[in-house]
Amino acid sequence: MINIDAHNHVKGKSIYLDDIQEVHGTLYALPFDSNVAHAKIKKLDLDAALKSHGIVSIITAKDIPGQNQIGGIFPDEPLLAEGEVHFRGQVIAIIVGTSEHHCRQASKLIKVDYEELPIIVDPRIAQAQDKLIMPPRQFKLGDTASAWAQCDYVFEGRSDVNGQEHLYIETQGAYARPKEDGSIIISSSTQGPTAVQRMVAQVLGIPMHKVEIDTVRLGGGFGGKEDQATPWAVMVALACQILHKPVKMSMHRMDDMRMTGKRHPYSADFKIGLDKDLKIIAYEVTHYQNAGAAADLSPAVMERTLFHSTNAYFIPNVIAKAYSCKTNLPPNTAFRGFGGPQGKFVIEAAIVKAAEALGVSPALIQKANLVKDGDELSYGQILQQVEAKNTWETCMKSYDYEAQKNRVESFNKVNTRFKKGLAVQPICFGISFTNTMMNHARALVHIYHDGSVVVSTGGVEMGQGLNTKMLQIVVETLGIKADKVRLESTNTLRVANTSPTAASAGADLNGKALLMACNALLERLKAVAQKEYTDQIIEIKDEMVYANETKTEMSWKDLILKAFTQRVALSENAHYATPTIHYDKTKEKGHPFAYHVYGTSIHEVTVDCLKGTYEFDSINIVHDFGKSMNKDIDNGQIEGGLVQGIGWMTLEEIIYNDQGRLVSNALSTYKVPDIYSVPKVINIQHLETEGHELAIKKSKAVGEPPLMYGIGAYFAIRNAVKAFNPNADLAVNAPYTPEKVLMDLYKE
Amino acid sequence: MIQFILNNQLIKTDKPAHTTLLDFVRYDENLRGTKIGCREGDCGACTVLIGTMKDGKLEYMSATSCLTPLPNIHGKHVVTVEGLNLPNKLNQAQQAMVDCSGTQCGFCTPGFVNSMCGYALTCVEPTVESAISAIDGNICRCTGYKTIERASAQLANKLVSKDKSNPMDWLVANEFVPDYFLDIEERIKSIKTETYNSNGVTPIGGGTDLYVQKHDDLHEYDLDYLFDKSELNGISFDGNTCILKSATTVTDLMENKRLLETIPNWYKHLKLLSSTPIRNIATIAGNIANGSPIGDFTIILLAMKAELTLTNKDNVSRKLMLKDFYTGYKTFDKKADEIITEIAFELPVNGTKFNFEKVCKRQYLDIASVNSAISVTTNGNTITEVHASMGGVGPIPKYLAKTVAFLTNKSISVSVIKEAEQILQSELSPISDARGTEAYKRLLGRQLFFGHFIELFPETIKMEDLL
Repeated sequence: MINIDAHNHVKGKSIYLDDIQEVHGTLYALPFDSNVAHAKIKKLDLDAALKSHGIVSIITAKDIPGQNQIGGIFPDEPLLAEGEVHFRGQVIAIIVGTSEHHCRQASKLIKVDYEELPIIVDPRIAQAQDKLIMPPRQFKLGDTASAWAQCDYVFEGRSDVNGQEHLYIETQGAYARPKEDGSIIISSSTQGPTAVQRMVAQVLGIPMHKVEIDTVRLGGGFGGKEDQATPWAVMVALACQILHKPVKMSMHRMDDMRMTGKRHPYSADFKIGLDKDLKIIAYEVTHYQNAGAAADLSPAVMERTLFHSTNAYFIPNVIAKAYSCKTNLPPNTAFRGFGGPQGKFVIEAAIVKAAEALGVSPALIQKANLVKDGDELSYGQILQQVEAKNTWETCMKSYDYEAQKNRVESFNKVNTRFKKGLAVQPICFGISFTNTMMNHARALVHIYHDGSVVVSTGGVEMGQGLNTKMLQIVVETLGIKADKVRLESTNTLRVANTSPTAASAGADLNGKALLMACNALLERLKAVAQKEYTDQIIEIKDEMVYANETKTEMSWKDLILKAFTQRVALSENAHYATPTIHYDKTKEKGHPFAYHVYGTSIHEVTVDCLKGTYEFDSINIVHDFGKSMNKDIDNGQIEGGLVQGIGWMTLEEIIYNDQGRLVSNALSTYKVPDIYSVPKVINIQHLETEGHELAIKKSKAVGEPPLMYGIGAYFAIRNAVKAFNPNADLAVNAPYTPEKVLMDLYKE
Repeated sequence: MIQFILNNQLIKTDKPAHTTLLDFVRYDENLRGTKIGCREGDCGACTVLIGTMKDGKLEYMSATSCLTPLPNIHGKHVVTVEGLNLPNKLNQAQQAMVDCSGTQCGFCTPGFVNSMCGYALTCVEPTVESAISAIDGNICRCTGYKTIERASAQLANKLVSKDKSNPMDWLVANEFVPDYFLDIEERIKSIKTETYNSNGVTPIGGGTDLYVQKHDDLHEYDLDYLFDKSELNGISFDGNTCILKSATTVTDLMENKRLLETIPNWYKHLKLLSSTPIRNIATIAGNIANGSPIGDFTIILLAMKAELTLTNKDNVSRKLMLKDFYTGYKTFDKKADEIITEIAFELPVNGTKFNFEKVCKRQYLDIASVNSAISVTTNGNTITEVHASMGGVGPIPKYLAKTVAFLTNKSISVSVIKEAEQILQSELSPISDARGTEAYKRLLGRQLFFGHFIELFPETIKMEDLL
């Protein structure tokens, strides 16, 4: 089934936040933010701005009727700064006017006197000064202290990896309209409608039942609208409540980039020990996460970094420690992979460091240590149905890695200016929210008595094809055609208490709930049919009732009308909670993931050693989809995730200066992949596996895992640089921009 | 009064002239299919098509509506995604995107569809490569582009049989565009299209710089819209001198037959400048007059001995070498009432070799970290004349006067080029910024300088001898 939105997308008929028809009298809100990274606010002078043409109101912290607090995990983040600012881009006031233009003109007239305070942008400096979001956490397996003695080789090093701007093409936005009785409806471009609802209620000082959040779709999310869609929705809701007028905000790109957090940059120290057979005996890693100025989702992101610190490798002795470091940058947040990629990057750096020192291919170390059934990870989960070796070996064989390796080596022997690099990247990614209580979902299905069906789930469509998969579940379960079914917006009045659409779990959680709802309806409908076809096995196929495998005269429409007249319930609300998962944070042990996703990729790159530029010749992937329920959509996730991961590892460079000012503050200075910077060839082979019972229709989660294939791009470039400049001592510091490549090529 | 046809509808508007076409179609005409992604021409979500009468024929191009002022579409046909929809089915570009799963979140998709339909309207010899080139200004964050590449290939294949004698009939019959396109040329001819009366103070061409830098303050400017002034458009040749009127676009240059025939790699070099929809509207004078130390075409012109003609409000002109135009960071030898009206440059003929190099984070649709151009005339192995330039290495687009002086009358050898590079470094004064550190820009400057000789004299100069 093709993406059910595809036709409307290509015709320009799909409705995003800024496409909602404005109600007459709609006002516009513009956030006014700090232009210093850390300061006391001595004076805030709004007089001139308030008198500016078209300005209706300027809202500050003192106008908030409820709590001035939007921190999701910890209550450490005010909606509007009060007394102090902790990062550039922190919102101090909301300017409300009759047009965005008027608000912008007024914003130039606001005067703030700051008393500047010391600025920290480096997580290691923050950690040294004990500026932490929360106490450090540590995962431990075996005993590294005694294990070092068993190692034939021990290597230590440091790696750094930068953040990443989400660059959803649709910027953040929200639109609030007043309803009666102090209730409010907010259209929000959010991955987490319930999170928005909760914070609106908290800030406005009203119960959640007065707050309706509606989300049709997002023009991209990637984690950037999981928690950070919330402030803008709360701001328009606040203005709407105060002014009793509809209020809208659709952010300018540069405002969005300046004010919102990104993927977390990390710095890490590692120590790795191997025996003569290249088995990794021990691994210690300390992660310094650059959290920014407030917690946001950083504690959860840090947790996933720890969970994935050994990637797809079994290491019997591990200490993985992480600090969430508080800096004067916008609070960093969820981004596809959610800390997992940063954790994996370090173990890959450690393996490469060891391989280079030992003069062996990193692939030999990777292969020798892949996880297998029964292996215990540092957090106590025993792996089952492991496909790591299967994807690795299939990948090597299908794409003839040995021949490719020989070809690359011969090429490098005869070429001076151009060098090729090769890297293999296995992945192993855990599926579930690591916070066990979030792993539940609901679906609501109504069958109208004309036979048409409407479906609501807690899942948000943002391009990942969630609604298409939901539609597949409905049509396959109920035996009806796709045009009978409408997927409705995600709305907190229809489906309550939702978890955000995140953690790759949207299709699994919402799909399982939807499957339960459809099955319950089906059973009731079968019972209705059985009244006419007594003791026969009833099925519905192609909108016809079958009795004992024989097509009857009764159509879907007939059946529904019959059920309706017999006063049978044609609506169903189902609730699903993932079984088997649990985690004990006090022991840092448990079984947090429903299952893991595996895969292996081979990257080939050509570096122009004159200019420091590079092109990816091919990326060959073998991926464990389980039993993919939609290959078009799943392949799209692999290609898109891979390219986003390559972008993170190559071109995409977030630059803050030492004053905490975002220098890469627009699309002209922050470069995401364009059509020419993607690999010339991407091959994806589906590994046919049994899938997993906890995956929807045994089709494994696919949103985040492929991003981590991108890590291989970094090490492929490094290998090419090494081929040109074999003796230089190179740092591990992603992204590998053309600048860093050129500097490394000519490093003494 | 600005008049144009928007999709199938005649528009007459009194909106302030500086209003962007994007805001007009979205918020005045409620055509919400055209999306806002960045408002600086870097994402392509707002791409529309503009049909302009040229030599009695309607010619279409893609353009970023976020940077297009209303006067620049006066008397033209503007097409948004809504105007590309067929009544009951998808057009060929839309169908290709659906068939190949080229859309995920869909936000960038209308921009892609516009660029692809623009390709269908303009292509002469369809190829997969040129079909992909037509979408080089469109950014997608979801798909990784491979599906869109496949859609472009499907589109190119369907266009192979395009009827060259009667292209519009063929495109309509084969469902690339709706049938109202058949009448547009006549309707454009018949609407009153007296020249838009523009006589402001601040000159503006394609808007690709001013609308990025001063978006919030446009209402404060009294703009003089130059893009469509007939006296400022055209490319002509006087012997081996090429004369560009100042509103010539990069696309005009890329499509000019004589330039393509005379200058090796001309298309390849210009393809490194921004993207298709920007090249379609960005003017050469704008590239010079915005004074960016990294302006690509300025760097090219500096190495081609370009001479400017500046003309004031009283129509008095003077000439000035481009290398003498820049007096400091964004300051010029130009009086307030003067505009650039002509740019003349020497074609590299009679043994003169030309090369342009540019390195940025992303190869295409990016601003250079360092760019450089050179033209070298040799007699045997001796350099008789040379002009070289480098951008991103100081406050102005740098004409490398000392390096040029050193190289003149020297023979081409590894030792001479190495020595010249030392002099080059003495001319550079890069600073660290978002496009790279000072050390990187110096190293890259060396590499690109060497790169010119490796490229132009491959028999004599080899990379391994220089480095």
